[in-house]
Amino acid sequence: MRLPEIVGTAVGNTFRSKLRTLLTVLAIFVGAFTLTLTNGLGVGITSYIDAQVASLGGEDLMSVAKAATVEASGFGSDEGPREYDPEKSFFTAGAGLQFEALSAADVRTIEAIEGIARVEPVRVVAPDYVHHEGGTKYELLISPAPSGLDLDLAAGRTYTEAGVVEVAGYDEPLGELLLPSSYVEPLGFASPADAVGAVVTIGLSDPFGNQHEVHAHVSGVLRTSLFGDGAIVSSALRDAMFEAQTRGLPPIVTDVYQGASVRLEPGTTAADVERIKAELREHDMAGITLQDQLGAINSVINGLVWVLNGFAIIALIAAGFGIINTLLMSVQERTREIGLMKAMGMGAGRIFALFSAEAVFIGFLGSAIGSLLAIVAGNLISDVLARGPLSDLEGLRVMAFDPLQVLLVILLVMVLAFLAGTLPAAKAARQDPIEALRYE
Amino acid sequence: MNAQPRNILEARDLVKSYGTGEARFDALRGVSLEIGSGEAVAIVGKSGSGKSTLMHLLALLDSPTSGTVLVDGQDSRALTTTQTNQLRNEAYGFVFQQFFMIPSATVLENVMLPLKIKGVPPRERRERAMELLRLVELDDKAGNRGTNLSGGQKQRMVIARALANRPRVIFADEPTGNLDSATGEVIEDLLFGLNREHGITLVIVTHDEELAQRCDRRVYLKDGLIVDERGEPLGVPA
Ligand SMILES: Nc1ncnc2c1ncn2[C@@H]1O[C@H](COP(=O)(O)OP(=O)(O)O)[C@@H](O)[C@H]1O
Ligand SMILES: [Mg+2]
Repeated sequence: MRLPEIVGTAVGNTFRSKLRTLLTVLAIFVGAFTLTLTNGLGVGITSYIDAQVASLGGEDLMSVAKAATVEASGFGSDEGPREYDPEKSFFTAGAGLQFEALSAADVRTIEAIEGIARVEPVRVVAPDYVHHEGGTKYELLISPAPSGLDLDLAAGRTYTEAGVVEVAGYDEPLGELLLPSSYVEPLGFASPADAVGAVVTIGLSDPFGNQHEVHAHVSGVLRTSLFGDGAIVSSALRDAMFEAQTRGLPPIVTDVYQGASVRLEPGTTAADVERIKAELREHDMAGITLQDQLGAINSVINGLVWVLNGFAIIALIAAGFGIINTLLMSVQERTREIGLMKAMGMGAGRIFALFSAEAVFIGFLGSAIGSLLAIVAGNLISDVLARGPLSDLEGLRVMAFDPLQVLLVILLVMVLAFLAGTLPAAKAARQDPIEALRYE
Repeated sequence: MNAQPRNILEARDLVKSYGTGEARFDALRGVSLEIGSGEAVAIVGKSGSGKSTLMHLLALLDSPTSGTVLVDGQDSRALTTTQTNQLRNEAYGFVFQQFFMIPSATVLENVMLPLKIKGVPPRERRERAMELLRLVELDDKAGNRGTNLSGGQKQRMVIARALANRPRVIFADEPTGNLDSATGEVIEDLLFGLNREHGITLVIVTHDEELAQRCDRRVYLKDGLIVDERGEPLGVPA
């Protein structure tokens, strides 16, 4: 019997015991459906994050901080604890957050590194509250987002190069603020567009317990994104806020930064990035690109997806036992037939192939139907979520399907089915035609 | 009566034992036998005398404990598994008392099975199978399930299947054992017709003396040994 014939016969044989085949296919279906869906979840979220990164356009940005600070945030080496060095300056922010600070000298060191176009030191600011024209005060978080990102705005525009705008009624130009959309209603604005152009007041405390207020001009309203609900401030506003927060302190304390936002020269390659990172390391600093940060997020998501995949694979292994069981029954039932075929000259290898092909076909049926329905279900779920609970996260499709990955799932299940089929197939191949044809 | 000088089948001192030690049972205890091409030979004996065992060994379905089977004068032990399979597929046809068929398949599909195993293309095997069904007058039942046929029809279908690859030998184990005498006679006529007209060698296992008498020659088996028609060991005068 030739191979296509064997496959054709095997396919025909699977339909001989329809109910049994159906139940086995169903077990595989459940596993393949789950696996495709969990994979889809991984692809969906990862590609959303990738798209967000691409839209931010932060490929040429790197944030730099002292190595210890970077390590504390989960990036960098696993060398163990560092020895205490009294020379190092630590900075304590309002909320009790402590980190090793970047000095003005460090900033100059960064500037001297080849391939770096611009350095923008970042000072940590921790405002107490924000309010609009004496209304209710709300807590406010300032996002550490570096400048130079293409931000997703619901209204208005991003801040100007100078970071300040003239506002009627104020002597000094006011620093610019991009307000998260979740603050629009609480602060008493009718719509994001209504908030644009308004002046809000930010309260900050100095180390002596005195509160100071800084006025800021709302230049734009941020759409909700994965990157949290923090406001973004221009450098000028940040400096003004920092000044209020450290009023009365000597310059030695105030002339330090949480880190620096660095813009790389255009055309920087991955090798350049590595070299810059190495040079920073020599100076006890560390650089993280946006890619590094997202890599960390992605690996967390991948980890979760694999845990879910693990469950699906357990289901598939259980289904594999179903295949073994089904085929063993089938071999048992067809003892006579197998004996007859062997008596008529069908080789053991062909018999093995016949039953293996049956197993693989059952695997194919279950996984193909499972994957297909998972795609349909996944798209439906994504649609519903995108219209409902996740409508704020624009462009997020919770589940997306990569054809290659779906194909891989189907192939995986077929391989699994083949492995499950080897036991019954070998049993069939070993069968003695005399025994099979013996008259009871 | 046989013009061909060589024997198509030859058994040399066949011994077949089942089990070992205390449980050992010798089904055949040294059987030698020659079958000429085109001959119709009956293997006769009581139930349990070793007829089926002998037939299985001759058809290379099983291997003897000792002794050997020669095919066209060639020692079958020298054949590879593939060659043995090919021989059984192409040169031998099988007819069993219990018919043996694929119950879910149609009559046509059952007849096509040896052709399919051989690798004959679908159109060709369909034509050949239909031709054979016409020969056994079952062409009107081609699309029926094999299990829905009567006993005689089943055995005709099995004969058609045995003929699929134009075999040189047909091994028939009690071919009429499950049939009434009228139906049995139709099957016998069919088999002997094939023997006469196509020179197909017949090896028929039976305990039916009437059927045995229609063969050219009878081989009597008793307790795993060849005996004469009176049941006496060979060489002992009457
Ligand atoms: N696989 C086996 N194991 C043990 N004994 C067997 C086996 N096959 C056949 N026999 C025994 O060998 C003897 C001959 O069997 P068989 O050739 O089928 O006889 P017949 O066809 O003449 O009725 C019987 O006694 C039978 O019980
Ligand atoms: Mg018998």
